Amino acid sequence: MSVLLNVSKIETFYGPSQALFGVDLTVGRGEVVALMGRNGMGKSTTIASICGLEKYVNGTVVFDGTDLETLPSHKIARLGVGLVPEGRRCFPNLTVYENLIAAARPGNWTLARVNALFPRLQERYKQYANTLSGGEQQMLAVGRALMTNPTLLILDEATEGLAPVIRNEIWQSIRDLKAEGQSILIVDKTLSELKPIADKCVILEKGQTVWQGTSADLTRDIENRYLGV
Amino acid sequence: MLNVSRETILNCLLALTLLVVPFIALSLDEPFYVTLATRVAIYALAGVGLNLALGLGGLISFGHAAFFGIGGYAVGILASHALNYEPHFSSPFELEGTTQMLILWLVAMIVSGLAALIIGLFSLRTSGVYFIMITLAFAQMIYYFAISWPAYGGEDGLSIYVRNGFPGVNTLIPINFFLITFGVLMSALFLVATLRNSRFGAALQAARQNEDRLSAVGIKPFNIRLATFVISAMITGLAGALFADLNRFVSPNMLSWHTSGEIMVFVILGGVGRLFGPVAGAALFILFEFIFGGLTEHWMFFLGLVLLAVVLFARGGLIGSLAGKVRYD
Repeated sequence: MSVLLNVSKIETFYGPSQALFGVDLTVGRGEVVALMGRNGMGKSTTIASICGLEKYVNGTVVFDGTDLETLPSHKIARLGVGLVPEGRRCFPNLTVYENLIAAARPGNWTLARVNALFPRLQERYKQYANTLSGGEQQMLAVGRALMTNPTLLILDEATEGLAPVIRNEIWQSIRDLKAEGQSILIVDKTLSELKPIADKCVILEKGQTVWQGTSADLTRDIENRYLGV
Repeated sequence: MLNVSRETILNCLLALTLLVVPFIALSLDEPFYVTLATRVAIYALAGVGLNLALGLGGLISFGHAAFFGIGGYAVGILASHALNYEPHFSSPFELEGTTQMLILWLVAMIVSGLAALIIGLFSLRTSGVYFIMITLAFAQMIYYFAISWPAYGGEDGLSIYVRNGFPGVNTLIPINFFLITFGVLMSALFLVATLRNSRFGAALQAARQNEDRLSAVGIKPFNIRLATFVISAMITGLAGALFADLNRFVSPNMLSWHTSGEIMVFVILGGVGRLFGPVAGAALFILFEFIFGGLTEHWMFFLGLVLLAVVLFARGGLIGSLAGKVRYD
């Protein structure tokens, strides 16, 4: 399997305080990688660093053969990194339809396919995003990222704070995406759902990669030690 | 049932009123009101330009007088050369002036657009109060330049002796000139409505709502804003060109910061970001000037009170209070 994303020993600072102390992770083509760790261990900072929203100072991030170090975030997105940010971030005062088309780029993912994945969205085309339920907003955020036809989809806490029924719907759509061969980097707290989907798990602690392996290798012991479950 | 919003009905009513008033005035033999309506249309057009940047893009430009004035001066300079039979320059080729409105409009729009491109390249790197101040500073630079440029009248301004021509129309007849400005205003409104509903418009509003989120989906907010700023300036520049033709006179006043403030007042009075906001705002402004200006020299005081009331109690402006807030349904 060829490597799509290779993050190697990146260090990121927020002002004078260091948040990442050397994060390593790789995502292969068609692979689903789970990025795990307790709160405050650097998962979201890692994602922000990959997407160019925060600048890392040391280490390298190579995506699809391109070094991302000097690229601004919009160029990284254009290379094929599609981010679904934490906290269902749609554009609140745009309609569902406008949210979807604003950033659309040509490719496999079209409005019709997004509608097939999330039929609820089509029912609410003309509604403004801030009138959607939390789950619908999350679907919209995923749909919007898919409309950019990303090679790598990054999901940051996509099921956080949602009703169980909606969560199941989102997980089902993630499984559907995986079945289609979509490469995904995913951060989530629901280990029971995450483990069966992930091909590989990466655990962060205090801004460093402390464990990598397949879901099968992720024993109860390791979970207790790093994830506190 | 046909689903027409209150705002659409209100917009149609406004457009219709603006169109009908001059004809009624003519039938009552009160030609003065035709000129008044023409001014409303021109001011509204200037506001439509600013509203695109301010309302949709969230770009609080306090320097739109620069574009209004540049549009005006483009007309004044070209027309004065044509009327004096002096070419602008004769080598390497001879460039004559012109009195054809269509060419003048094109030049006015191109020059204001270029000015906006340069101003935007610098000012759009900032935001908030810095953006306001930089746009103001650029406009003031152009204002003082105009004052100190004796070739085209300097502080005294520049007269255009004959109203410029439009193919097949006698533009000296006020109602004809009104119809031209009205047509231009409606075309600009149509353009803005089209832009607003396009992908470009969605991305522009997204840039206002959250820059990072927009770049995370692959669009550079700066480019979208710059394009908007340029289009916005071109519309306001066109309004300046028409204003020059209406008064047959251009002066540095068109470039001063008072004018920037007035254009902003049209937008805020009518409703920021509402399609017909500037039309309602400009109409209200002129009405105020006309009614209270006849009673007291200090009519601006009353306008200030109204503006205060709008900002405090009716954030959606006139359109907002009549048609309701933008419904997120």
